[in-house]
Amino acid sequence: MSEVPTATATYHPAIREERVALVDLLDRVLAGGVVIVGDVTLSIADVDLVTVSLRALVTSVSALIEGPDDSQEYR
Amino acid sequence: MTESPCVWVYAVADDAAPPFTGGQIGVGGGAVRPLIAAGLTAIVGSVAESEFGEAALRQNLEDLDWLERTARAHHEVIETVAKERPVVPMRLATVYSSGEAAAGMLRERAADLRQALTRLSGRSEWGVKAHVAVPDDGADGQQPETDDPATGPGVAYLMRRRAQLAARQDAREEAVASAQAVHAELDRLSTSARLYPPQSPEIAGRSGSMILNAAYLVADDRAEEFRAAVAELAAGHGTLQLTLTGPWPTYSFVGQDGTEDAR
Repeated sequence: MSEVPTATATYHPAIREERVALVDLLDRVLAGGVVIVGDVTLSIADVDLVTVSLRALVTSVSALIEGPDDSQEYR
Repeated sequence: MTESPCVWVYAVADDAAPPFTGGQIGVGGGAVRPLIAAGLTAIVGSVAESEFGEAALRQNLEDLDWLERTARAHHEVIETVAKERPVVPMRLATVYSSGEAAAGMLRERAADLRQALTRLSGRSEWGVKAHVAVPDDGADGQQPETDDPATGPGVAYLMRRRAQLAARQDAREEAVASAQAVHAELDRLSTSARLYPPQSPEIAGRSGSMILNAAYLVADDRAEEFRAAVAELAAGHGTLQLTLTGPWPTYSFVGQDGTEDAR
């Protein structure tokens, strides 16, 4: 994870992203990709992987943001 | 390791492409290797059932650190492999109990996978996000308090505030129209487009609301044209802040059309 695998160009000086943002990656690997249900993951697909994981994401992020230390930043 | 490992599938490539030899370290620390069946090569790795079996997966997917580590490892393997050959990426956590079970999937879905490989060959995915440029309330050349003797400072404040809110609403409407124009133009330059729900400011880690979160499938020989178009659109739409990401493996363009029945 030391290299920057994906180029990011931003057309506003106020924004910069130096590596693949997790949120962009999760958009793609959880909602994209071919869905061929593996025999192990059968019932996970039934549960709706995306909902499960994004709930985890949202929960964790708000925990960080509402935490006592305001300086903590979600990466 | 006494337990028999599960098989994580990253992506599928055509075996006519430059042969994939594997060797890099992927999800769960397992080495990546080719698995060949039905004239296709699946890019796979062994993962421990204790971490990636059904019960463990269900729990681990709720753990953001685990999810990030796993998603990045999955992505890095796919990205490396996709540099050399067209691939069809698999959704995160496509896991089989054995290599034989994964090979069975290749044989069963060979026609669809081959069709997707043909469609995606020579194309990459680019992401474009648009945020509303947040007006810099109060700081941008607002007049200092002038005590108009007829109205007084209170009224002046209210009027200024009302103008501010109206300006913000106008900016928002203009931004939405701009985002539609941006999307229409980029859609024209791409083979297909997919819209994702906007990311919330908390998750995106920045202020300003996102009004476009799109992925575009672009022919590699038009990538420069596409990038230039994004830069030009960014310059032409001051109400928006555009962010371009990519090229990505074609995550957003499998299972949507062409391989729809793979869902």
